Amino acid sequence: MFEASSHTRNKQRGEQAARAVLFLMTVLMVAPLLLIVGYLFYQAWPILSLDFLLSNPRNGMRAGGIWAPLLGTVYLVVISLAIATPIGVLAAVFLNEYARENWFTRIINLAVVNLAGVPSIVHALFGLGAFVLFAHLGKSILAASLTLAIMTLPVIIASTREALASVPQPFREACWNVGATRWQTIRHVVLPNSVSGILTGVILQVSRAAGETAPIMFTGAVFFKAIPEGDPFAYRLFDQAMALSMHLFTISTQVPDVPKALPYGTAVVLLGTVLAVNAAAIVLRVRLRNRRKW
Amino acid sequence: MTGRPMVEISGLRVWYGRQEALKGIDLEVRRNEVLGIIGPAQSGKSTLLKVINRTIDDVPGAVWTGSLRVDGEEVRHIRDVSALRRKVGMVTPLPVGLPLSVFDNVAFAPRMAGVRDRSQLEDRVERCLRLAALWDEVKDRLDSLGTRLSGGQQQRLTIARALSHDPEILCLDEFSIAIDPVTTMRIEDVLKELRSAITIILVTNLVQQARRLADRTAFFFNGELVEVDRTEAIFSEAPADVRTRQYVQGIFG
Amino acid sequence: MGALIKRPRLEIVAETAIECLIRLCGVSAILFVFGIFFFVLREGSQFLFHGFNFREFFFSQEWYPTSQSHVRYGVLALIAGTASVTLLAMALAVPFGIGAAVFVSEFCSRRAREILKVVIELLAAIPSVVWGFIGLTVMNPLIINAFQTPIGLNVLNGGLILALMSVPIIVSIGEDSLKAVPDSYREAALALGVTRWQMVYRVLLPAARNGLLAAVLLGVGRAVGETMAVLMATGHAVKIPTSLMDSVRTLTATIAAELGEAPVHSNHYQVLFIIGILLFSITFAVNLTADLIVRGVRGK
Repeated sequence: MFEASSHTRNKQRGEQAARAVLFLMTVLMVAPLLLIVGYLFYQAWPILSLDFLLSNPRNGMRAGGIWAPLLGTVYLVVISLAIATPIGVLAAVFLNEYARENWFTRIINLAVVNLAGVPSIVHALFGLGAFVLFAHLGKSILAASLTLAIMTLPVIIASTREALASVPQPFREACWNVGATRWQTIRHVVLPNSVSGILTGVILQVSRAAGETAPIMFTGAVFFKAIPEGDPFAYRLFDQAMALSMHLFTISTQVPDVPKALPYGTAVVLLGTVLAVNAAAIVLRVRLRNRRKW
Repeated sequence: MTGRPMVEISGLRVWYGRQEALKGIDLEVRRNEVLGIIGPAQSGKSTLLKVINRTIDDVPGAVWTGSLRVDGEEVRHIRDVSALRRKVGMVTPLPVGLPLSVFDNVAFAPRMAGVRDRSQLEDRVERCLRLAALWDEVKDRLDSLGTRLSGGQQQRLTIARALSHDPEILCLDEFSIAIDPVTTMRIEDVLKELRSAITIILVTNLVQQARRLADRTAFFFNGELVEVDRTEAIFSEAPADVRTRQYVQGIFG
Repeated sequence: MGALIKRPRLEIVAETAIECLIRLCGVSAILFVFGIFFFVLREGSQFLFHGFNFREFFFSQEWYPTSQSHVRYGVLALIAGTASVTLLAMALAVPFGIGAAVFVSEFCSRRAREILKVVIELLAAIPSVVWGFIGLTVMNPLIINAFQTPIGLNVLNGGLILALMSVPIIVSIGEDSLKAVPDSYREAALALGVTRWQMVYRVLLPAARNGLLAAVLLGVGRAVGETMAVLMATGHAVKIPTSLMDSVRTLTATIAAELGEAPVHSNHYQVLFIIGILLFSITFAVNLTADLIVRGVRGK
């Protein structure tokens, strides 16, 4: 009595076909990641070593390692996030905790979203016009970091807002009821319980700041700069710097006769760092979700 | 119960956007009395409490006119709202344990007010937890998270928090909704102990609770104060308004 | 509380100061967006308002900024370059992206879903210069071999790379929109006896239509604004492409390639900034539209 009719069997076959096609689509999308990473590693293998990381490019960048660009990227990331994080967090605090729903805050929201969609080359133009020229910072680590900071700001604002919004409203009301001011409530209850979300957002921006090329190309990153190997304080704020992303671009397009493994090695270090940082952020997010206090 | 009333309300109207939640309230809360406020849902009872401690300010779209004085001061003109809120203890319907230790939960208000001395805080925490009939259950685990207590314990914790800043008025908004009858009884005993020292405004959906605890009872219906009188008058003798009689008898609710 | 206890004066002052700072930071986002537009405009404004030929700019495909004799600033070919790569990228990314979004949202076990979402997030994190590098070193020889063409840096290369770059954003927002459709829709359809796929095709996709459209728009915005990957993968020919194998130049790549060489404040330099304004306006419009749609979906 409950035997499947031919109509039903056809439907089920259609269902299975659709499922298979969708699965295939997903795999086709995901496979490139694994293939790419694998291939890059394979090509870079001969050159990957500690020495590669710690020695400078030599011989017109046809030999040696990536110390100067690596250090430069570290500087850029640290400084840009040191600028963007406080501004982003406080802006999110304003939007989520203080602002009332009116036309003004709607404009701010719009501005944040649109800031997020600005092409990286336009950020480069902005950095050039505003920081390098107008503010007379010249091409420098400072100008480049400021440019990167503006670029990472919207995501920090968005992820902080999400973290703040996940703190239930009854907590705030309970604090206000006993005479705590808005700021006291934020400082003692809301912010401490949003730290994990904020941290995840900031960590994700580390990889973004490390990977971007265009915004730093015209604001402070440079083709070549000689700095002493192994000295972590070799760069100054108003120096120009080499950077990993820029370096990869340079040696794969601007320098002829580069031994194959060199650009692959650079790509692997850059990609590896980015993926490792992102993976760490994901792990952190999961860990902290489980340690929630309510 | 003599002297200047603790709370004087005159011509109070409150709107949430276009909706009028309170339609002109004139009411007095006398010092050291227990005023019960009863009435069906959406009568404006909670709204009244929100105006008393000015948390109505945080409700988007809320507008109010009229006069409400606490201890002689017009609430609208008070500049230090935190001081007002410390004068008025508020217990909400749903128990809320802050995501802090039990100790920090009760020490929160005094700390925010400027008390830093550890021994003063410890005394205060113990006193308030004892008053709230929670001390014995938590004294060995003051470090545990407030959010991990049971519902009934969290409600008593809320009461301890409300008492921690020495309020002169204690407002309770349907405090027994989310807790079991045994805890409700314990808290009612607490209120009986407190009644001589502070003024209590008890908003309740349990008509019999008002009968047990209140000196006077006010009946709110649909945003209006229908009637306020001695509790016995409202319950046993014939109330003036027919709606009061019907509500009290359970004909509607 | 007794009048003896008072908040220390310093604390109150500090609180006022930090609340002021908070308001300032809140307003800063507007300042930055306007700032970007302002400063980019500023660098290009002199030429823009004195001697800039709008007609030539938009409708001429002759881009000869460094010519000694006859300087021309027509960006039509560059617009065509951007459009062709973007179109190809979307033609690939949209079906795959939405297909994957449907798969992850409706046909996946919980465990697999978590893993896939992580993979997609990692895919989204790959820097554009690395994608450009892949286009240069991996796709290039592949295309040369597969299609027997002399150059592998062309619309096809750029389009493929851009597709891979845009897919994660389409999947992520697409999946959010599908999740936003109430379960009651799914349950009602399944209760009527349709298969899962029929339910998706006839009920879910139409219901999530707005969010999916927004996802696509955001993918387009990403593709149009992409710089390094197309700079490295599409070649350097400034002409309107006639086939997938033609090399092209996008608007973004042009700026990146020529800004370093153009003397500061020269006409060439200023025109590059004007292209920047054009790009900013396009992506602004696209993202604004997408955001207006997404707001409805996420119920913000």
